[in-house]
Amino acid sequence: MIHFVLLISRQGKVRLTKWYSPYTQKERTKVIRELSGMILTRGPKLCNFVEWRGYKVVYKRYASLYFCMCIDQDDNELEVLEIIHHFVEILDRYFGSVCELDLIFNFHKAYYILDEILIAGELQESSKKTVARLVAAQDSLVEAAKEEASSISNIIAQATK
Amino acid sequence: MALSGMRGLSVFISDVRNCQNKEQERLRVDKELGNIRTRFKNEKGLTPYEKKKYVWKMLYIYMLGYDVDFGHMEAVSLISAPKYPEKQVGYIVTSCLLNENHDFLRLAINTVRNDIIGRNETFQCLALTLVGNIGGRDFAESLAPDVQKLLISSSCRPLVRKKAALCLLRLYRKNPDVVNVDGWSDRMAQLLDERDMGVLTSCMSLLVALVSNNHDAYWSCLPKCVKTLERLARNQDVPQEYTYYGIPSPWLQVKTMRALQYFPAVEDPNTRRSLFEVLQRILMGTDVVKNVNKNNASHAVLFEALALVMHLDAEKEMMSQCVALLGKFIAVREPNIRYLGLENMTRMLMVTDVQDIIKRHQAQIITSLKDPDISIRRRALDLLYGMCDVSNAKDIVEELLQYLSSADFAMREELSLKAAILAEKFAPDLSWYVDVILQLIDKAGDFVSDDIWFRVVQFVTNNEDLQPYAALKAREYLDKPAIHETMVKVSAYILGEYSHLLARRPGCSPKEIFIVIHEKLPTVSTSTIPILLSTYAKILMHTQPPDQDLQRQIWAIFSKYESCIDAEIQQRAVEYHALSMKGAALMDILAEMPKFPERQSLLIKKAEDSEADTAEQSAIKLRTQQQTSNALVLTDQRPANGTPQVNQLGLVKVPTMSNADPSTAEQGLTHANGALTIVDPQPPSTTSPDLLGDLLGTLAIEGPPGPVTAPQSDPRVASGLEGGVDALAIATVEDQTNAVQPIGDIAERFHALCLKDSGVLYEDPHIQIGIKADWRAHQGRVVLFLGNKNLGALSSVQALILSPSHLKIELSLVPDIIPPRAQVQCPLEIINLHPSRDSAVLDFSYNFGTQLVNVKLRLPAVLNKFLQPIPISAEEFFPQWRSLSGPPLKLQEVVRGVRPMLLAEMANLFNSLNLMVCPGLDPNANNLVVSTTFYSENTRAMLCLIRIETDPADRTQLRMTIASGDPTLTFELKEFVKEQLISIPITSRVATPPMAPQGQPLSPPTALLSSDPGAMLAGLL
Repeated sequence: MIHFVLLISRQGKVRLTKWYSPYTQKERTKVIRELSGMILTRGPKLCNFVEWRGYKVVYKRYASLYFCMCIDQDDNELEVLEIIHHFVEILDRYFGSVCELDLIFNFHKAYYILDEILIAGELQESSKKTVARLVAAQDSLVEAAKEEASSISNIIAQATK
Repeated sequence: MALSGMRGLSVFISDVRNCQNKEQERLRVDKELGNIRTRFKNEKGLTPYEKKKYVWKMLYIYMLGYDVDFGHMEAVSLISAPKYPEKQVGYIVTSCLLNENHDFLRLAINTVRNDIIGRNETFQCLALTLVGNIGGRDFAESLAPDVQKLLISSSCRPLVRKKAALCLLRLYRKNPDVVNVDGWSDRMAQLLDERDMGVLTSCMSLLVALVSNNHDAYWSCLPKCVKTLERLARNQDVPQEYTYYGIPSPWLQVKTMRALQYFPAVEDPNTRRSLFEVLQRILMGTDVVKNVNKNNASHAVLFEALALVMHLDAEKEMMSQCVALLGKFIAVREPNIRYLGLENMTRMLMVTDVQDIIKRHQAQIITSLKDPDISIRRRALDLLYGMCDVSNAKDIVEELLQYLSSADFAMREELSLKAAILAEKFAPDLSWYVDVILQLIDKAGDFVSDDIWFRVVQFVTNNEDLQPYAALKAREYLDKPAIHETMVKVSAYILGEYSHLLARRPGCSPKEIFIVIHEKLPTVSTSTIPILLSTYAKILMHTQPPDQDLQRQIWAIFSKYESCIDAEIQQRAVEYHALSMKGAALMDILAEMPKFPERQSLLIKKAEDSEADTAEQSAIKLRTQQQTSNALVLTDQRPANGTPQVNQLGLVKVPTMSNADPSTAEQGLTHANGALTIVDPQPPSTTSPDLLGDLLGTLAIEGPPGPVTAPQSDPRVASGLEGGVDALAIATVEDQTNAVQPIGDIAERFHALCLKDSGVLYEDPHIQIGIKADWRAHQGRVVLFLGNKNLGALSSVQALILSPSHLKIELSLVPDIIPPRAQVQCPLEIINLHPSRDSAVLDFSYNFGTQLVNVKLRLPAVLNKFLQPIPISAEEFFPQWRSLSGPPLKLQEVVRGVRPMLLAEMANLFNSLNLMVCPGLDPNANNLVVSTTFYSENTRAMLCLIRIETDPADRTQLRMTIASGDPTLTFELKEFVKEQLISIPITSRVATPPMAPQGQPLSPPTALLSSDPGAMLAGLL
């Protein structure tokens, strides 16, 4: 299973963290520090796997961002590498050629999307189309609620004029 | 894309980004946290929008790495908001900020449950996602039935059901009891007929978790998995949106094949055939293409297929096909594939028959050891380690040594440990082994643990032929300008013992040796100085005729250290100084160290332990474990020697008269750190040396287990026991008129085996008999491993079992001839009929050339093997204890002459005999209460209770009460326990020492004749 997902920028800034195994706040900080040290220093032509404390971390760099997923030693590494790519493709489709800034200012969207792809550290949906549809449905629910709220406040505003 | 409507959040993020440095960022963040805190305090005034905004800010700050120790409540409370936008934020932020052990989560269980069982599909999704991601045991117990209902409901849409499947998986991981196997296995099989691929993917993950724990219940899923795999591999009926770069859901393919690996075999021939067809198609049809993602996805499937083929034990042809593929992979340029090729080749080693094909790739694997990528280097090292055997050990170890000097820091320790283990396991000759270890210390001294150099000292001590060579090598290393401290230790030790063997060589006179060692003294730490002092004392002793000048120098050093602050150094200095003035007596005291008792190599044990630690219940690893257990037996066959206690190496050895049990004397000595008092030997007794020796063996590594040598304080006992030999040892030794002398002490080996289930029963220059036992209730299965150590065959091999009346023993056929360097296994089936302390004897004989060797060996099928420890509570104990009243079911005896030991040691002793000490039952802290179950065919399982009352003022006596439901059992157990506790003095008889004095050629014969070490000590003082 995937124990956690990390998005780290080349400068070592954390852009997203998702923990499927229980780690305390302290452990989380330590893990991030250790792994940034290991992964950000790796050269470009090396393999996408790092062995770490009895686990494996599968990572891939997209522009200035490193996507990392930590898995068990005998999990299938390539499968997870492509889960990363699957996630990136969906982000790309959602934001329209995604860049780091999108993920900074809309970090909450990245969480929504990730929740449609992984649960319990396992892949839940491998169809990009389905994920996009579900995320769009959520967005429209939020929009609808907002419009409703503003129309109510309009009514109140007019009534109290 | 702008953040719709949440300006405050965007502004805050921009502010943080615009901070010039970390300090500014902290200020900005602190300001914001203060702001949020005040806003949360007067919660009344917060609109839902504001609450959302602040909770998001909190998450952002948390992600930046700052502690956010408030506001969790606000995040959790949003979960119960009525509207979707707030609820959504509440769920997401909660699942990011908290982990499953957080108290606040418990508060939310009810709300979450209401959302799960409610009618609103979107709320269901949010709740299932939260539980799936951070649900703990509490959630598992209260929500599992609801989640199961959603998963199998026909009215739920796929988006809910796939989440429910993974949510259930999480709950199952937290508490496997929440899935009721009986009811669920059919449901699981139905779920595999699912048409929606998203749901099917999630269900397959769930199945993997379920079958990994209990494959038996899910047999009906096996054919469905094969069907699914077939459908995917042939791309039949797979919707376009579920193909990934042209490959029908690679993830589902991988998961399906993973699930199949948990079933032990595919029995139905049709299913098996179609499965192999699919696998063959995957193996042959996967090509390397340009597109990275397509390549990765297809190879993810391919590697999983390889694992499945290995698991299924396919025909040899298919296996060789796999090895060929892997051979191709480890040579490609793509680093991921190279990495995985090496990793899977290591797994492939578990498959018999293919090792030889793998060996053909050795050169390529060695190249990977120099790969720029540490991940790949690690894999290559593991593979080389795994594929090493006698045939290629020399090449591989030398390659590792060469690589050691350039290897990165992170790998050196592992590398040197692995090289040491391989060198020991597969050394073609011992001098090569010494070379390797010395090189290892020379190149990577910092990474060579003490165990490694202890081990080489043992080998040298136990192999006379090796001693001059090792001494010469050690001498050579000392000429190097800067050597590692470990090298100083090992060379000083070896030269102290054996430098006299080099005396005629240039540069090897005692004086020269002394000078070259003494040069190192200023550079070493306090832990090394005691070893150097011992070396000096030994050199002095070996200088014949005495060299006045050298003597003066060494005495000066001793007197200098007599006031050293370190107690160990001081003691040695004082003692050696005093001893060396005694002239001739020095010879005896400083005689050569005796051979070490045979024990399993600590290094190899360590390696096995670490393998066992990481082993989980996966199919591959189960197999690994089986392999290592075989390896254990094989390594037993090697001249494996004992756990060295070199951290307390006193080079002093007692001239015991009987010399029957040198290791006992040596143990007694080393524990007391070579102090003078130790010349008083441990009273030899029936049981103590072995039992204690074994207990200590495990402890000695940690530190000196001081109190055990307590008997020394009682010289009366010691002198009364002079020349005493192990009473039981006589029984076996006396009959043996063989020309061939056993290696190691037979009685000691027997006693060690009484406490453990595998080890060496007997060894002589021609044969080693190892034993491995498995005890289940009143039955036992013992395998004898007869290993021929010679290059010639052993003929007329015969084994007879002389079994006492209470044991039924069946020995399978023993072959007449054991071929050179071969090992044969002879299983024994043992049934315990009724309680008795007698033991069975193995009458073993063989011919080597013209020599006939016959030995009678007691088999460690003793009473305590049929005991199983059982914990007992006060509520169970007292009624039982009362109901068994008085003789013959309950016997009491005051035992005197008990070997003095601390209560904790006694408790350890009992526990090691499968007699379980139950603390807390007896209010008196000086008493022990012990419970165990005895098994025999007559008595069946029989509970036995023991109470030991000790007297802290007099440790040599105690009162023992034993109760069980069978009179014979009570009596036999009482006698058995008594034997373990007391030291029986035995009138001496001159036994043939199993270890003839050849071990100490330089000791004058007078030493062996002087009858009373105690008296001699008195003379010295």
